[in-house]
Amino acid sequence: MSEHEISAPVSVSGGALPGVVARLTDGEWHRLHPATPLLKGGFALIVVLGYIVSNLRERLLGMFLPRFDEGGDPVDYVVSHGIILQVLAAVALLLVMLISGFYVSWRMHSFRITSEVVEVRSGILFRTNRKARLDRIQGINIVRPFIARLFGAAKLEISQAGNDANVHLSYLSSAAADDLRREILRRASGTRAAEKSGPEKSGAEKSAAEQSTAGSIGALFDRRVNELLAPELDPYAAPPESVVKIHLGRLFGSMLLGTGTVIAVLVVIGAAIWISVSGDLFVLLLALPSIIGFGGYYVRRFSQSLRYTIAGTPDGVRVGFGLFSTSNETLPPGRIHSIEVSQSLLWRVAGWWQIRVNRASHTSSRGSANQANTTILPVGNLADVAAVLKLMLPDFIGEETSAFIETGMTSKGADGFTNSPLRAAWLRPFSWRRNGFAIVAGSLLLRKGAIWRRLIIVPQPRLQSVGLHQGPLLRRLRLASVHLHTVNGPITADLGAVDQAAALAFFTEVAELAVRAGQADTSHRWRSGELSA
Amino acid sequence: MERLELPDVTWRRVSPRLVWVELAGGAGSLVVVLAAGVVMFLLQVWIPVAALGVIAIVAIVNLALTPRRVRSIGYQLREDDLLFRRGIMWQRFVAVPYGRMQLVDINRGPIARSLGLSELKFVTAAAAAGVTIPGLTEAEAEELRDHLVSVAESRRAGL
Repeated sequence: MSEHEISAPVSVSGGALPGVVARLTDGEWHRLHPATPLLKGGFALIVVLGYIVSNLRERLLGMFLPRFDEGGDPVDYVVSHGIILQVLAAVALLLVMLISGFYVSWRMHSFRITSEVVEVRSGILFRTNRKARLDRIQGINIVRPFIARLFGAAKLEISQAGNDANVHLSYLSSAAADDLRREILRRASGTRAAEKSGPEKSGAEKSAAEQSTAGSIGALFDRRVNELLAPELDPYAAPPESVVKIHLGRLFGSMLLGTGTVIAVLVVIGAAIWISVSGDLFVLLLALPSIIGFGGYYVRRFSQSLRYTIAGTPDGVRVGFGLFSTSNETLPPGRIHSIEVSQSLLWRVAGWWQIRVNRASHTSSRGSANQANTTILPVGNLADVAAVLKLMLPDFIGEETSAFIETGMTSKGADGFTNSPLRAAWLRPFSWRRNGFAIVAGSLLLRKGAIWRRLIIVPQPRLQSVGLHQGPLLRRLRLASVHLHTVNGPITADLGAVDQAAALAFFTEVAELAVRAGQADTSHRWRSGELSA
Repeated sequence: MERLELPDVTWRRVSPRLVWVELAGGAGSLVVVLAAGVVMFLLQVWIPVAALGVIAIVAIVNLALTPRRVRSIGYQLREDDLLFRRGIMWQRFVAVPYGRMQLVDINRGPIARSLGLSELKFVTAAAAAGVTIPGLTEAEAEELRDHLVSVAESRRAGL
């Protein structure tokens, strides 16, 4: 394939792409996976039909065997009034309408991917057309529910900033999904020329090759089994040294030491006291639903967090998880608006940390613990945290910054951060010594909390605005609070009880840095600087 | 006690007529509170009467401080960002780079409109920033909006 769009910043790449993806990204309209109607609603139809047929079976048997009259049954009514043909015709018509509806809806649902946009049009009576610019992509999520995996299908969700602003391509061929994502991200990245794809030869590519040679049912079956048994993270997709995994024991331990467990233990103690005081076992009955709820939560959390990996790919951080239903998302560089590294008191014993992020998009699919997809690292030790931070902010976090952040996370003060003065102890009795901020190359750090330790990292190019507040109480103590405004999310980047003069200096400097970093930023086309041959 | 003040900033102040808008709003809620207080007084339920009395006193103090509060609102158009401040008891300073602008709103309430005033809202991707400049004359607001849009265009940054 030759370059056919000279004016566009991205040209369609050379023969490195597998055939399926090259066809899907040629800028023409394409349809989704043929199993889509079945996966989207067809199964419900089959289940309903199955239910009706199994109920009618008795009836069918009764026709041939000596029958006894029950009466008052719709079927009896139909039989006794001699309108069997009409009813059968109506049922058949309904079925035909439903099936053709599914079919037409599939026919009318099409998408295209050009070098600038991805566009989806769907709907039979009410047509929708959604067009999303590639350089505004906030992340691409691939979800493979268990049943869809049996059919070799996958959902692709392209996240954009804003509420309900995502482009869904469900379903696509599972084998092509990973390569398609890589190709979309490559175009979005602004790379100017076709790229050599040396290490990117993936399992999907190979299976695509198999597809063209073997067409028999046996080969199809083999391929499905292979896909089901394949590791969640394609070993060719990311260099193995960049992959952070969560060990089973740690996952289990972190759940055991979580807030949910604390509440459960408190409830159990409360119930035990109640029983010993009143001698009434009735309370156990009341507790049963919540016990079942807790159990279900743990099982779900555990099974979904299995095979959790965080890996660095050339086009951003890839977070994947799941045993039966798998999900994995790639966040291109510059799409993470703030990062919080936190540690609760219970986790301190084990030295575990959690990483959450603020992002501009809101994906509809949930994270491993059924939380919104903002928890990047559910649990990890210091080394894991350092590795994940490096994956998320590759441009900013070098050896020096990494070491600085690490001391910042654990230290008790006097560590290069500008911490609060002694008089802040009125407001931060435990944490005033480590309640501080620091400006490092490319990002801003806020660190707070002595019991619940937290370190917030805001990359300077993502900062929207900066605020400085002072109420009457803070003024009496000559303190102020600083606020770093980023897009909405679980993290609020603010720091209270900072020395007034220090806060003022911080505000002035950050206001200037925000302007400069914003202008220098090119991460919406994160590889536009590169010129690969 | 030294007040929090930014160095080398000459604030542009908003129209003093904003005082009347704020007073009208404050007086409106004061009337509601007093009416509720009178009803409670006639019904002889004393706890709500006391609570409403406290609220009324706070509201009156608030009304008395309105002129100062309006004088405290200020903004400055710097080279690359907009600086905004408000509040006397609770002081708030915000600096927003022009390139972060997503849109600009101009709103006019009924009382503000009768006095020829508008309110300009500078919206970024962060909801918390809340840069809303009240008490601009209509011409000022429109000029400021056009200026902000043009400087944002030349300094456009991503999200």
